[in-house]
Amino acid sequence: MTAERDVRSPSDRGDVASDARAALRLDDVRFAHGGAAFRFDLTVRSGEWLALIGPSGAGKSTLLDLAAGFLTPSAGQILMAGANVTRLAPAERPLSMLFQENNLFPQLDAFRNVALGIAPRLRVSKDERRQIEAALSAVGLEGYGRRRPAEMSGGERQRVALARAFLRRRPLILLDEPFAALGPALRRDMLGLLDALRRRDGAPPAAIVMVTHHPEDAASHADRVAYLQAGEIAAIGPAAAMLSGRTDPRVSDYLGLRSRKA
Amino acid sequence: MNTRTDRRIRIGAGITAALLALGFLLGGILVLVVATDKAPDVVALLGDPYVRSILGFTLTQAGLSTLFSVILAIPLALALHRARFPGKRPILRLFLLPQALPVLVGALAVITVWGRNGVVSEGLAAIGLPRLDVYGLSGILVAHVFFNMPLAARLFVAALDRVPAEGWKLAGQLALPPFTVFRTVEWPALRGALPGAAALIFMLCVTSFTIVLVLGGGPAATTLEVAVYQALRYDFDPGRAIGLSIVQIVLTALVLVATLLLGRDPAGGFGAGGKARRFDAPNRLRDAGDGLVVILGTLFVVSPFAAILVSGLAADLWRLVSEAAVQEAAATSLLVAAAAASLSLLVSTLVLMAIEALRFGPRPGNARDGVRIGLETATSLVLVVSPVIVGAGWFLALRQVTEVLAAAPYVVVATNAVMAMPFIVRIVGPALRQANGETGKLAEGLGLTGAARFAFVDWPAMRRPLALAFAFSLALSFGDLGAIALFGSSDFVTLPYLLLQRMGSYRTADAAGLALILGLVTVMLMGLVERGFAGKEEPDL
Repeated sequence: MTAERDVRSPSDRGDVASDARAALRLDDVRFAHGGAAFRFDLTVRSGEWLALIGPSGAGKSTLLDLAAGFLTPSAGQILMAGANVTRLAPAERPLSMLFQENNLFPQLDAFRNVALGIAPRLRVSKDERRQIEAALSAVGLEGYGRRRPAEMSGGERQRVALARAFLRRRPLILLDEPFAALGPALRRDMLGLLDALRRRDGAPPAAIVMVTHHPEDAASHADRVAYLQAGEIAAIGPAAAMLSGRTDPRVSDYLGLRSRKA
Repeated sequence: MNTRTDRRIRIGAGITAALLALGFLLGGILVLVVATDKAPDVVALLGDPYVRSILGFTLTQAGLSTLFSVILAIPLALALHRARFPGKRPILRLFLLPQALPVLVGALAVITVWGRNGVVSEGLAAIGLPRLDVYGLSGILVAHVFFNMPLAARLFVAALDRVPAEGWKLAGQLALPPFTVFRTVEWPALRGALPGAAALIFMLCVTSFTIVLVLGGGPAATTLEVAVYQALRYDFDPGRAIGLSIVQIVLTALVLVATLLLGRDPAGGFGAGGKARRFDAPNRLRDAGDGLVVILGTLFVVSPFAAILVSGLAADLWRLVSEAAVQEAAATSLLVAAAAASLSLLVSTLVLMAIEALRFGPRPGNARDGVRIGLETATSLVLVVSPVIVGAGWFLALRQVTEVLAAAPYVVVATNAVMAMPFIVRIVGPALRQANGETGKLAEGLGLTGAARFAFVDWPAMRRPLALAFAFSLALSFGDLGAIALFGSSDFVTLPYLLLQRMGSYRTADAAGLALILGLVTVMLMGLVERGFAGKEEPDL
C-alpha cells in the first residue's frame, strides 16, 4: 500500500540503472515517535533539487534527520550512491546538512568554522588555508575570517555555513530551512548562491533536498516537489505541476489554491 | 485584580518571605551583638594565632576539596554525557544520592571504606603496604569529594545538555575527533558552569561541619564551624564563639561577593540530566576510556553506600528498631523534617515568584533589577551562614530571655528550613524562569492573575522540580546534624543526634545499624516523594 503518487515528467525515464547512483534513496523507511508514525519511500537522483513541502508535523524534518543519521529507522533501508548507509553514523554518510540555526560553533571565528569542514583537528595546511579563504569569498564574505558568529548577521552566519558545506564537496546537501528566518530578497539571494556554488567547478552538481514553507522558493529552484502529510510522501512530481495545485487536491488545499479552482 | 496588582502582591510576598529568612539567619547574632554590646574586633581576632591557624585550615581544606571535586568531575561528566549505555540514567540518578545521604552517615561510610580497618586498608595491608589514616585532612578531602564530586558532575552534565542540539549534530556530521569536540563544544559549555559549580562547592566546604567534626583530628584539623561548636558546647566561651562566627560569616560573604563580582550566577540548576543526543564519530579508544572513567567514578560513589549496607546489616537491627529511644528519635526526626521542608518550600516559592515577577516586569528598571538581585542574593546568602552559626547566635540570644531547650525544636525546624532554600531555588528556579519566559507574556496579554496565572504558568513548570525539591529538603532536614548538634538534649533527640551519641560512646555496631536506617529512610523519602508528586515522565527520543 503506497500513498506515493509519482507524477512523472517527460525527462524522467525512471530506469533502474540510474537508481543505483541515486544521491538518496529511502526504501520503505519506517520510524515512530510519540504516537506519530512515519513511512518514507523516496528516490532523489544525483544532481537533483527536491523541495519538501507540507504542514508542520508532517515529517519533513524527520525525513532529513533520518537521511542524515540523526534518527535511526525502525525498519527499511537508506541508500546513498548505491551504498547502504542505514547503520552508518552521521559522520560516515556522504552529505552535509544545514540547520535553521546554530550552524556555527559560537566561540570559533568564521575561518575556523569553515575549516572544520575539511580539517576536523583545526590544523590547516597552506593549501587548505587558500581553499577556506576561497570558499569564504565565494559566499561574499572575503575578509570576514576573524569574525565570530555573534559579530555577524543571520544571513552572514548562514553564508559561512554554506561555505563550509561546499568546501566539504558532498554529493548530497540537506537544507532544514536554513534561510527561513531571512527576508524574501535575502532568501532569494541565498538560494541563487547555493545554485551557483553547486555548479561551480565542472564536477556534477550536488543533489539538494530542501525543506521549505515558501512555495516560491520551490518554484524558482526545485526540479521536483514532494508534498508530505501525516508522516508520508502524499504526492511527488515536477515542481511546476505540483505547485500549480492541479495534481492533487491535498496539495492545492495546503497551498490555499482551492478557491481558485472552485 | 489586574496584572499589576498581581505583580505587586507577588513581589511584596517574596520580599516579606526573604526578609523573614534573612532575619532568622542573622537575627540571633545581631541581637546578641547589640544587646550585649560585645561587638568583637575582627582585626584583633585575625591577629590571634589560634584563629589564624583555624582560618588557614578552613580555607586549605575547602580549596583542595573544591579542586579535587571539580577536576575529577570533568572527565566523569564528559564520559557520562558521551557514552551510550543502558545504565546511564540510573547512574545519573545515583549521583543525586550523596546529596540526600545524611552527612554523618556519609562520614561514617568513608571511615568504613577508607579508614584504618576499612576495605581499602585491608587490601593495602594484604599486599604489604601501610594502612590509610583517614583522620585529618585526607579523610576530610575524601568525604568532601564523595559528597561534592557527583554534584559537580551533574552540574556539568546539565551544562552539556544545554548545548543546542545542532552542536552535537554538527560535531557528528563533521566527524570531529574527541579533542576537537572537547575544544569546540564541550569545554565552552563546561567553562560556563565551572565558576558556579566551584563557588557552590567551595561554599559548601567552607561551611562544612559534620565531616570535620567526625573526621577532623584535633586542633590541627579544625575548621571555624567546628571551633564555634566546641567553644559553645565544651568550653562555653561565648565571646570566642561570637568572634569565630563573625570571622566565618565575613569569610563566606567575601567568597560570595567575589563570585558575584565575577558576574557568574552560583545557581547551577540541575534536573534529571543526560538528555542530549550525541552523534560522535565512532572511536574505540575513547569509548574504552569513557567506560573506565564511568566505572571508577561509579565505584567511588557507590562504595560508601555498599559499606553502610554491609556493616548496617551486620548489626542487630531488630533490637535497634524496637528500642524506645530509637523510635522516639525517628518520630522526632520525621516531624522536624516535614515541618522544615514545608516551611522551606513555601518561603522559597514566594521568593522565586517575586524574582520572576521582577524579571519580566513591563518596565525593567535599575530599582527593579536591584531588588531582584537582592532577592537572588538572599537565597544564596543562606549558604554564607551555616546551621551551626545560626544556631550559635540563637543559642546565646535565647539564653538571655528564655530556656534554650524549650525553644530548641522551633530553632531547629527554622534552621533546617533556611538551609534547604538554596537547593530549592537551584532546582525550581530555572524551570520557573523558563516558564515565565515562554508563557509569561501570553499570561500578561490575557490578563491572567492570581490563581489562574499560578495554575497555568507557574504550577505546571514548578510541579516536577518542586517535588524533587521537597524530597531533597525532607531528606536534608531528616539527616542534618548541624542544627541539632547545639540544641540536642536528652529531651530532644533526632536520629542523627542519636547516631553521633552512639559513635561517641564507641557502640560501633549500633552506629552502623542506625546509619543504615537513617540512610535508607532518606533515600526512600527521595524516591517516594519525587514519584508521588510528579506526573509521568515524557518519553525520551
